[in-house]
Amino acid sequence: MYEFLTGPAAIAAFGIFFIGLIVRVIIYIRGLHWQMDRVTYTVNVSYGIKGAIRSVIAWILPFGSVGWRSKPGITLLFFIFHFGLLFTPLFLQAHNFLLKERWGFSLWTISDPTADLLTIITLVAAVFLVLRRIALAEVRILTTAYDYILLGITVAPFLTGLLAFHQVWDYHFWLMVHIISGEIMLICIPFTKLSHVVLFFCSRIQLGMDFGIKRGGMKGKGFAW
Amino acid sequence: MAEGKLCNRKTVDTKEYLNALLADKSGKQYYKEMEELDVDTDKLQATLKASLKSRLRTWLEICAHCGMCADSCFLYLANNRDPKQVPSYKIQSTLGEIVKRKGKVDNKFMRMVMDTAWSKCTCCNRCASFCPFGIDMGIMFGYLRGLCFSQGFVPWELKIGTGMHRIFQAQMDVTSEDWVDTCEWMAEEYEDDWPDLAIPVDKENADIMYTLNAREPKHYPDDIAETAVLFHLAGENWTVPSEGWDQTNLAMFAGDWGACKIQVESVYKAMNRLKPKRMVGTECGHAHRSTVIEGPYWAGIKDGKTPVESIHYVEWVAEALRTGKLKIDPSKKIKEPVTYQDSCNYIRNGGLKNISREIMSYIAEDFREMTPNREHNFCCGGGGGFNGIGRYRAQRNAGLQIKRQQILDTGAKLVISPCHNCWDAIRDMEEIFKDGIRWSFLKPLLINMVEVPEHLKPEGEL
Ligand code: HEM
Ligand code: HEM
Ligand code: SF4
Ligand code: SF4
Ligand code: SF4
Repeated sequence: MYEFLTGPAAIAAFGIFFIGLIVRVIIYIRGLHWQMDRVTYTVNVSYGIKGAIRSVIAWILPFGSVGWRSKPGITLLFFIFHFGLLFTPLFLQAHNFLLKERWGFSLWTISDPTADLLTIITLVAAVFLVLRRIALAEVRILTTAYDYILLGITVAPFLTGLLAFHQVWDYHFWLMVHIISGEIMLICIPFTKLSHVVLFFCSRIQLGMDFGIKRGGMKGKGFAW
Repeated sequence: MAEGKLCNRKTVDTKEYLNALLADKSGKQYYKEMEELDVDTDKLQATLKASLKSRLRTWLEICAHCGMCADSCFLYLANNRDPKQVPSYKIQSTLGEIVKRKGKVDNKFMRMVMDTAWSKCTCCNRCASFCPFGIDMGIMFGYLRGLCFSQGFVPWELKIGTGMHRIFQAQMDVTSEDWVDTCEWMAEEYEDDWPDLAIPVDKENADIMYTLNAREPKHYPDDIAETAVLFHLAGENWTVPSEGWDQTNLAMFAGDWGACKIQVESVYKAMNRLKPKRMVGTECGHAHRSTVIEGPYWAGIKDGKTPVESIHYVEWVAEALRTGKLKIDPSKKIKEPVTYQDSCNYIRNGGLKNISREIMSYIAEDFREMTPNREHNFCCGGGGGFNGIGRYRAQRNAGLQIKRQQILDTGAKLVISPCHNCWDAIRDMEEIFKDGIRWSFLKPLLINMVEVPEHLKPEGEL
């Protein structure tokens, strides 16, 4: 079982994840249309690049945009959540140990207590995201089961990883569940709103080009995101 | 498939149809027929397939449902934070549903979509600057309006507007003769005060070709005279085209992309015919947006630019004041507190925020910014056609509250509002709330402030 899950199943999951995301980006770019989108993507390119960079940078830095600054609470929550989401699994010792064993390379790693702490922080952030969805009328109206399910799929590897690491009840059981949940998450990403992992960049670049090329970018310093 | 005589999927291309629409007071019959109008679901599906491309599809799909866009929308704020006014909700429950159901929607649903597209969004694009993914509801609602229009679900006034553009290449029934007559009349009227004042029509190779808003010849001809006086004082070599002179575009608000193309091409044709160095447009915001910013795309011009360089009136004013073509008499600068309405169309979506500030630095002693301002300013409350649709008057009036509060908070009683639409909204606001606010275009203010060179003064006034 373990051999299968960390072998062929893992390869399949990562394959779907990477290929799926690449396909999403290709479909996105191919579906752009200068006349229908009303942006000359291939003319005035320097303005487009400038606009794109400004748009991405402003929104990827904590408090980098007027929008982020106008809502410090959710901004903090968002960045903590995503930091945990991306940083923890990438630099986890156990993951890198497996990487080394199976693929022959590994990344720089963080200590286990650090990983533990980050995992717990990520889980707590997720709880707050749920509470926010329930508490705020403007978020409640947008929320459906889909949002909860995807949030669940996203944090399940964190919960199960934590339980396995602390060997709560049955280590082996949790480890299997962990790996399965991790693979489910990877597979879901290209097919759901989680595709924003790459489409965030596509969308921000596109809008940045729109403002950079057409909507005022050639006049003055550009949009103050 | 049932279609009405007035309310149908056809475009307004004949005077008979246009007159029948106009004769139907407030669109009574029109809206009645709309209740029976069938949705051509095959056509809707085909349109979606042909035009709902990756950008819009992605926006609908990746929206995190996070609600960060909620209070960026003035209509959400103005309606007591009604969750149904959250931008994401408005689009998901309309365009999102249409896409989900692959176009299989019924008449009742389409009427709800129409009401949402025209009374719950002014396409001001403000929410786009507050969404982490950059999801732009203004663009999505623009697209949705196009879908509605192609199915015949469009407010009566806007259907008429598209007919005007299709038939007269102007948003009102002003013919080329009417227009040229108005120019002559105004030149004569103002000649006594401004010797040698002229409004040159169809002059080739001028430095400036001026285009404007059809309501100026129709209802506010003095605006044309003011334009002429200012160009005259600045010593500009300018002209107006006899055809292709209306820069505005109600078809953009209506989602009639065919009429949009007809309208902007009429102006581009004038540019190609008269070969001016530049085009200067009037103060109207959406006119600039449609003819200068979006227009080249409707016309299929690959570099996204108008045939000759085109600028907004504020750019010309700033330039004239900067270079000294127009000089402000320091004793006549505006002394009282004054604020400036940043129009979505040429500020947020046109990048002219600093130009506007530059003008204020020349003409005002106590300029007060609204909060928020520049590209983050709120819509005046009347954009995207909202001002002109009787069916949504109550909703429009409710929406004015945000701008009103912004203005009152500055402490200024005078609002400079170059955009015609914003100007109307503020006028209506004053009519409703009676706060003692005054509003003005730039032209009349400038005329009272500029120094008149000796040789341009009327005889005897020495
Ligand atoms: C192919 C898929 C995966 C495999 C084979 C795998 C394997 C493992 C292993 C062996 C552990 C260590 C348990 C221990 O300490 O003995 C672990 C922990 C962990 N995994 Fe994964 N994992 C996978 C996917 C994921 C994904 C996709 C995520 C999150 C996005 C994730 C998050 C974590 C976390 C947060 C921990 C540690 C929790 C802690 O230290 O408190 N894993 N994983
Ligand atoms: C560089 C990569 C990423 C970027 C730029 C990014 C960006 C965003 C943005 C802008 C939002 C919406 C804003 C908000 O909720 O406040 C969001 C939400 C979310 N993201 Fe990401 N994300 C990234 C990677 C990921 C990954 C790897 C996952 C996990 C699979 C993930 C899961 C989520 C979830 C579940 C939400 C919704 C949160 C909620 O329920 O409120 N994201 N992300
Ligand atoms: S474009 Fe403007 S009016 Fe429309 S939803 Fe966004 S903020 Fe509201
Ligand atoms: S801010 Fe953007 S992602 Fe969030 S709900 Fe609004 S449109 Fe969707
Ligand atoms: S009328 Fe003025 S403020 Fe209102 S949407 Fe149009 S440009 Fe914006």
